[in-house]
Amino acid sequence: MRLSELANPSRFNALAERVLPWLVVATALAFALGLYQALFVAPDDYQQGATVKIMFIHVPSAWLGMLGWALMSIAALGTLVWRHPLADVAMKAAAPIGAAFTLICLVTGSLWGRPTWGTYWVWDARLTSVLILFLMYLGVIALWRTVEDPSRAARAAAILTLVGAVNLPIIKFSVDWWNTLHQPASVLRLGGSTIYPTILVPLLIMAVAFTLLFVTLHLSAMRNELLRRRVRTLRLMRAAAANP
Amino acid sequence: MIDLGAHAGFIVAAYALAFAVVACLITWIVADHRAQLRILDDLERAGVKRRSAAREEVP
Repeated sequence: MRLSELANPSRFNALAERVLPWLVVATALAFALGLYQALFVAPDDYQQGATVKIMFIHVPSAWLGMLGWALMSIAALGTLVWRHPLADVAMKAAAPIGAAFTLICLVTGSLWGRPTWGTYWVWDARLTSVLILFLMYLGVIALWRTVEDPSRAARAAAILTLVGAVNLPIIKFSVDWWNTLHQPASVLRLGGSTIYPTILVPLLIMAVAFTLLFVTLHLSAMRNELLRRRVRTLRLMRAAAANP
Repeated sequence: MIDLGAHAGFIVAAYALAFAVVACLITWIVADHRAQLRILDDLERAGVKRRSAAREEVP
């Protein structure tokens, strides 16, 4: 199926109806396996002890917080350049989900930092740039709620999203560009991962589980947004019929 | 039982927080879906239909 064929909301809804039950099952299975591996199989870290278990939710949340904004940026291009009818729906639906994962990343990172670094928070480049990402998510959500006409809101949100995309490489490379308390990249890095396989494998399974969860929630939220727009159209038609 | 060591409180709080946020997200999306379907149903029962739907009913 080509991307252009999904421009028809009815076709997208039909596809979502077919795919969502499978995604829910796959997400549940991935989480069952990932949590079992993370909590019962993965060994404690030789320095951090059991607190390394926080990594299994912190790191996937951080990846998905960034993935959410990257997805919104592609959808923003789809809105402004290709004017794909579902692009702004995808952009709007991704914002609260990305914000939720970024919030999980910030709070679990803080709870991990206290026993590891001796502090809940420090204004270093990585932590601050992720906090900015979270605030940008809140800004985009507020923008969508402020402008009533979806097409006008979409253009404004798309521009804000593309401007905010500058923050993504800053988050990724902040640990290389500045001297930070946060550790440098240890999974996605040139030269391979520095994490031992007994901890890396559960982490990757949890990352797959979180990604499946993100996709499931995003498709569901897109379906809701299409319904909301249909409701809006019908209400406008009713208002027009009442005041000819 | 898993031995979470001296910092068990931080680990349990992190997992509980993540679970709570995801649970809120799922609840919100499911509730929103039901609410939109209910409003749509009310509007259609009141006779408000999309032009395409109205055309489909014309023989």
